[in-house]
Amino acid sequence: MTTAIALTIGFIILGPFIGGLLEGMDRVVCARMQGRQGPPVLQPFYDIYKLFNKQSILVNNIQDLLVCGFLVFVVFSGVLFFMGEDILLVFFALTLAEIFMVMSSASANSPYSSMGAQRELVQAMTYEPMLLLTAIGFYIAAESFRVDDIARTDIPAIVYLPGIFLGYVFILTIKFRKSPFDLSTSHHAHQEMVRGLTTELSGNILALVEVAEWYETVLLLGVIGLFFVNGTWWGLVLALVGILVSFFFETFVDNVFPRVHWDTMVKSTWMFTLIAGGINLFILVLIR
Amino acid sequence: MVIFLIVFPFFCALVLALKKKSGLVRRILQFTFCGIIVVADLYFIVTSLISGGKAQYFPETHMVDRLMLVGEWLLLILICYYSFRYKKYYCAVLSVIQTGLITWLELSGKAEIVGYHIWIDRFTLIMALIVGVIGCLICVYSIGYMKDYNSHHSEYKDRRSFFFSMLFAFLGAMFGLIFSNNLIWMYFFWEITSVCSFLLIGYNGSEEAVNNSFKALWMNLLGGLGFAVAIAYSVLELNIVCLQDLVQVGTQVEIAIIPVILLAFAGLTKSAQMPFSGWLLGAMVAPTPTSALLHSATMVKAGVYLLIRLAPALAGNLAGLMVTTIGGFTFLAASMLAISQSDGKKVLAYSTISNLGLIAACAGVGAYEAVWAGIFLIMFHAVSKSLLFLNTGAVENSLGSRNVEDMHGLIVKLPGLAFIMIIGIAGMFLAPFGMLISKWAALKAFIDTNSVLLVIFLIYGSATTLFYWTKWLSSLVAVHHYSDRLKNITKKSEWVALITLSVMTVTLCLTFPFVSSNLIEPFLQDMFHQEVTAVISNGNIFIMGMMLCAILVLPLAVRFLTFGKKHKIVMSYMGGANTGDDRSFTDSFGNEKKMYLTNWYMEEWFGEKKMLKPSLILSTAGLVVLMILAIGGAL
Amino acid sequence: MKISKSPWIIHYDGSSCNGCDIEVLDSLMPKYDLERFGVVNTGNPKHADIFLVTGGINAQNKPVVQQIYSQMPFPKVVVAVGICACNGGIFKECYNILGGVDKAIPVDIYVPGCAARPEAIIDGVMKAVALLDKKREEMKKEAKEN
Repeated sequence: MTTAIALTIGFIILGPFIGGLLEGMDRVVCARMQGRQGPPVLQPFYDIYKLFNKQSILVNNIQDLLVCGFLVFVVFSGVLFFMGEDILLVFFALTLAEIFMVMSSASANSPYSSMGAQRELVQAMTYEPMLLLTAIGFYIAAESFRVDDIARTDIPAIVYLPGIFLGYVFILTIKFRKSPFDLSTSHHAHQEMVRGLTTELSGNILALVEVAEWYETVLLLGVIGLFFVNGTWWGLVLALVGILVSFFFETFVDNVFPRVHWDTMVKSTWMFTLIAGGINLFILVLIR
Repeated sequence: MVIFLIVFPFFCALVLALKKKSGLVRRILQFTFCGIIVVADLYFIVTSLISGGKAQYFPETHMVDRLMLVGEWLLLILICYYSFRYKKYYCAVLSVIQTGLITWLELSGKAEIVGYHIWIDRFTLIMALIVGVIGCLICVYSIGYMKDYNSHHSEYKDRRSFFFSMLFAFLGAMFGLIFSNNLIWMYFFWEITSVCSFLLIGYNGSEEAVNNSFKALWMNLLGGLGFAVAIAYSVLELNIVCLQDLVQVGTQVEIAIIPVILLAFAGLTKSAQMPFSGWLLGAMVAPTPTSALLHSATMVKAGVYLLIRLAPALAGNLAGLMVTTIGGFTFLAASMLAISQSDGKKVLAYSTISNLGLIAACAGVGAYEAVWAGIFLIMFHAVSKSLLFLNTGAVENSLGSRNVEDMHGLIVKLPGLAFIMIIGIAGMFLAPFGMLISKWAALKAFIDTNSVLLVIFLIYGSATTLFYWTKWLSSLVAVHHYSDRLKNITKKSEWVALITLSVMTVTLCLTFPFVSSNLIEPFLQDMFHQEVTAVISNGNIFIMGMMLCAILVLPLAVRFLTFGKKHKIVMSYMGGANTGDDRSFTDSFGNEKKMYLTNWYMEEWFGEKKMLKPSLILSTAGLVVLMILAIGGAL
Repeated sequence: MKISKSPWIIHYDGSSCNGCDIEVLDSLMPKYDLERFGVVNTGNPKHADIFLVTGGINAQNKPVVQQIYSQMPFPKVVVAVGICACNGGIFKECYNILGGVDKAIPVDIYVPGCAARPEAIIDGVMKAVALLDKKREEMKKEAKEN
């Protein structure tokens, strides 16, 4: 219980710092892959600081409310996760957060923003099956939906869930807005519809979105860690390695693949979910 | 009391049918009738709960049986009359066969097997609550709605007294259906609901309405035929005529699978599962209260009610497999089809079919967690979906359209209705609200029973469900600048229904742990004869509560998170060519061009043209193969 | 911490010959890598701090430039890149050209050249960045006074 509370408080306070740092590292690694020097590692924090200091402009009065909903529920689902609660509820809360974000950019009623909202929705539809399947996989592997039970199993979940792990890493590309699937909004300048989802957000409201995404990054990487931990110290080391490897794998993918059309995304992700996740699930049920 | 609940609505129907002239008297009559039914219903529920929540009545009812037989023949004559009038003879044939079968059973005295005709337990009470309260709210709503409807559609004949009397007759039939334990009684009320729905769908008298009403009729009669054959078989072979006994025997005797699967088949047709989904979609031509009554509170719920009653007999056999496969498949296919629809009522119809699929799948699994989820789904779905249907009707009257595209920016145009609609939609799929709790439990039950296929259906179906609801939701909240507030012509009676239902949606979410521990868990204990542990842990309930609170305090959080900064409102970005009102832009010739934003429908993926036929074929094949396998295996 | 550590730019092409545009993009490419200074090409006025305009102003793009400028949140800086943006340049006498960017919106930094060299653009952006801090201070003061 004390570790859970410590983790949760750690998440609430340190979450954005870890997330921001990871993004900074991502930007440096990305630049190096392209043969550039790249920004300083702390650049994301400079950005946030600046955004908080800018004038606040909006296109209507409910945008900020909905963005705050996004932030609050991302943090909420992170808290649930690190408190060791039900992992399915964690994902449901995360979906709720996502819906707030979509509503916020749809409420702007501007062409780029609405387009971004629709695409974000397609993305949500695309990764949702795999997200639920991940929770189901954990349930079968650990006989419990509770994160603390899953984290305490003797054998790391990855042993039972290699296919589901791959599927999860696959959808992580969508969640992190990395290249083949960064349809709704992109971290890079080469976005064909301005900034998509966040076009109509600016200043401190945009900063809140960024912070929320850092929290989300930490939460999603925490789930990666959950595949590896088993209550021992080497499990933790393994989890850390797993997290870093998969995070920088996403950076690599980002640099290697061009953006795809939405139906390619849906098709490939759903197929991958069905094949990797579905077969894994089937085998799990058979040997259960 | 039970008798009163069944008979009184029929009496109301009779009075209203005779009271042709519209006016204050009729309105007052209707309000009084609804009030009486609700009060009687609540009184009945409370008293039965106090006295233990279980009761059985009437082991011997020779006279009533005879009366019912007469009623059945009257229905037969009615169906034949309409079939011949519109030259749809197959309906008459179906009806003649089943009524003949039942008549023979009755007259030959074979069906006179001792057993209670009326059976009341907690599940019945839940259903009575839904039927009584929601049904009456719909009746109240329809008073105001039909007035506008008839002034909008002056091309149709005003047959309101007929319409209202049918609504009440329907309620009576539903009460009868849920209280009956004797299959022949149940069958009688089952047929009444079929015929009532046929008459209600055909209310307009337009060609489309007539065709669709016949579609509803023959599909439901097919189900009725299954029902009649099931009764005949179970009477002749098993010497059973009561549902409870059949379920009891169904878990032990192998041959009982035949009546069980036939009843399940009837349940699937009534709840508009995949090959039979057509009738529910066709029923959308009817006025909105019909849709609300048929598709949320009553008619379709009768189908899943029967399936849930059968649940123990479906556990782990081919009949169960049939129900779960069809249900799961329908859940996925209908939710995909809903994506491509822009007509609000059609989206609701597909979503209803899809949710009923999930409930059917829960019943088919037969484990108590699944049934728990199924009952909750019924409750939450009944409340939120009737709210949505009624609200769509109200929006249609004010806005002149029920297309989701036209509801773009509704929060500016009709804030009150938009807000209620948001509650309804949130109730249908969002996290802290009810449906999600049940989905959680359903998922757990599916995994525990190793139903991989169902799990796959459920996860993909959830994703597509998410898509079409959120799409609608984000249309509603789009703030369309410079649009005028429309005049809200929603009548008082409509507001009463809408507000009560939205309050109920929220209250149900807050009180579901009590409902679960006081109503559903004791019921499951009786049904499965085993110790039922709480399906959802206290911790999770606590989390749900926290989420609900988080949503409520969100506006406060905003002040805090934005540090009370003052916002400046600017134009939206359109490449610098916004003409200044956020509604049009300057094109490359320097002309002003209207901007039009629409949702994604993905016609080429999920369109009816593309998906409907294959799904129907697949589900028909699955249904037929599994039924043949089950029946052949048992013989 | 200074807000100048994270200048995001939006680049608008007026009636330019595209020479300067290519140079602007060039300064973001690996060789010059403006991102070293945290510069990101956002392409969205609502996110941007620095408005880079290339090419002159004509009757048609004047309202567009003005609208984009008005959609940028304070503090903001305008950089006119290339001689055309500074005063109309080679197109100055054309019937449709009104002149430099300052005919439409207040310009803070002028970067001459035809086309402006990447080094010059980077220099201009860095000057703009310094200005951002100053404007921020002014904004704070104003807010206090109100």
